[in-house]
Amino acid sequence: MTGVKYIIPKNKGEKLADRPFDAAPYVDAAAALIGLPLDPTHRPGVILNIERIAEMAGLVMAFPLPEETEPAPVFRP
Amino acid sequence: MSGADALTIAALVRGGAVSAVEVAEATLARIAARDPALNSFTAVAKARALADARAVDAALARGEDPGPLAGAPFAVKNLFDVEGLVTIAGSKIDRERSPATADATIVRRLAAAGAVLVGALNMDEYAYGFTTENTHYGPAHNPHDPARMAGGSSGGSGAAVAGGLVPLALGSDTNGSIRVPASLCGIFGLKPTYGRLSRAGARLFAASLDHVGPLARSVGDLAAAYDAMQGPDPLDPACAGRAVEPALPDIEQGAEGLRIAVAGGYFAGVDEAAAAVAKVAEALGVTRNIDIPEAARARAAAFVITASEGANLHFADLKARAGDFDPMTRDRFLAGALIPANWVIEAQRFRRWYQEQLLALFNDTDILLMPATPCSAPLIGQDMVEIDGALVPTRPYLGGYTQPLSFIGLPIVAAPLRSAGGLPIGVQIVAAPWRESAALRVARALERDGVTCAEIAPWS
Repeated sequence: MTGVKYIIPKNKGEKLADRPFDAAPYVDAAAALIGLPLDPTHRPGVILNIERIAEMAGLVMAFPLPEETEPAPVFRP
Repeated sequence: MSGADALTIAALVRGGAVSAVEVAEATLARIAARDPALNSFTAVAKARALADARAVDAALARGEDPGPLAGAPFAVKNLFDVEGLVTIAGSKIDRERSPATADATIVRRLAAAGAVLVGALNMDEYAYGFTTENTHYGPAHNPHDPARMAGGSSGGSGAAVAGGLVPLALGSDTNGSIRVPASLCGIFGLKPTYGRLSRAGARLFAASLDHVGPLARSVGDLAAAYDAMQGPDPLDPACAGRAVEPALPDIEQGAEGLRIAVAGGYFAGVDEAAAAVAKVAEALGVTRNIDIPEAARARAAAFVITASEGANLHFADLKARAGDFDPMTRDRFLAGALIPANWVIEAQRFRRWYQEQLLALFNDTDILLMPATPCSAPLIGQDMVEIDGALVPTRPYLGGYTQPLSFIGLPIVAAPLRSAGGLPIGVQIVAAPWRESAALRVARALERDGVTCAEIAPWS
């Protein structure tokens, strides 16, 4: 973990989608879907954070997991 | 007495050299005198402390055993229920709750071992942070330099112990919240195996990843507190229900017989972080280096699960009163509510895969060493830190080494060293699941040999 690697490098294959993710309309639509009112003063910070989360998720989604790997919500170390 | 650890105080109380009430009074006086500079306490439980101390003294007078931590003062992160106090979890919103009607399980167990609770400690709101820059209650200050962060989210716990206000504190750790403040404040911290200690009566954050544990200035205190808190608890569905496996009796066994390696790759720190790990490795005679696969992805998966579960937990308040959240956490919580389920489930599946990879590493290794934080304490309010010549955002970066490990629940001791610059920095001593005692043995060997440094911060 050196340099800026905490930000996911936009390498080929590491991107969530081929088109750049436009966070603002997603935030507005998803918030409406779940009934979450967004104060206009909070909205820019929420957009920034969903972009950050999308980068993190992009790294997770780019990894080819075997089909038989079960989720671990009930976890025993 | 202010420099004594909990076991030393308990020995003096049990031996009659000092009364528990005298210890409690001295502790309360110290908090009153020194905490204004640290801002580590959010509530002082004076009446309870004196009553519990009197009960310890009365038990001794009757010839009864008040327990292994008799009269030792402790304080808890303010997300633990303490009977009669409002569990605020660093928030303004939860101030409206009724006072807790009972202690959290591990608070009750420490008290049953004779320890005397003296108050509740500052934290990041709802544990969502690594810095304890709490807007509602003010930042916790690092006792080594009050202009610097104490770390978080258990920052009040780190500051109170390093500042010599109490020898022992409880914290919680979802992504590093015990280990980060232990590193920045220069004390020991134990994040046990996921499911080892009951979280019942502790305000959760991200239930898949939440752990609780002790912070202290000696390994003996860490082990003694950990032993007193172990055991099954049907009130916590994640508690594994294992029988008590005491660690304290083994801690003098040293590192002999343990196969130890340094974690390289992602976990290879730079500058003071690398120097601390190198010093520990040299002291232990470790030359082996292991690369842990996919740690950056593990961190990312923990990040996604945390944001999603945290937002779900607080969803009603996010809908009704987002403006009452701390601006330091608010937008992250709001964004977490918008995460597609597909990402969270994939992150949970990745968790399983990653666990299998790391369990395989432990077939021929007992202990892994790596930095606890990438740097020593940044200044309060410092947005960026320079690491290896690059500027990176301080707040998420502080948990970069801790987050991939709590992700799969490994037991870890954070052990403090003094960096060349004079500030403390921690090393993580990571063991296989359920082998807390191995990590504590290594930490004790380092403490005994003078490699670690967990003195009370010099200013106090």
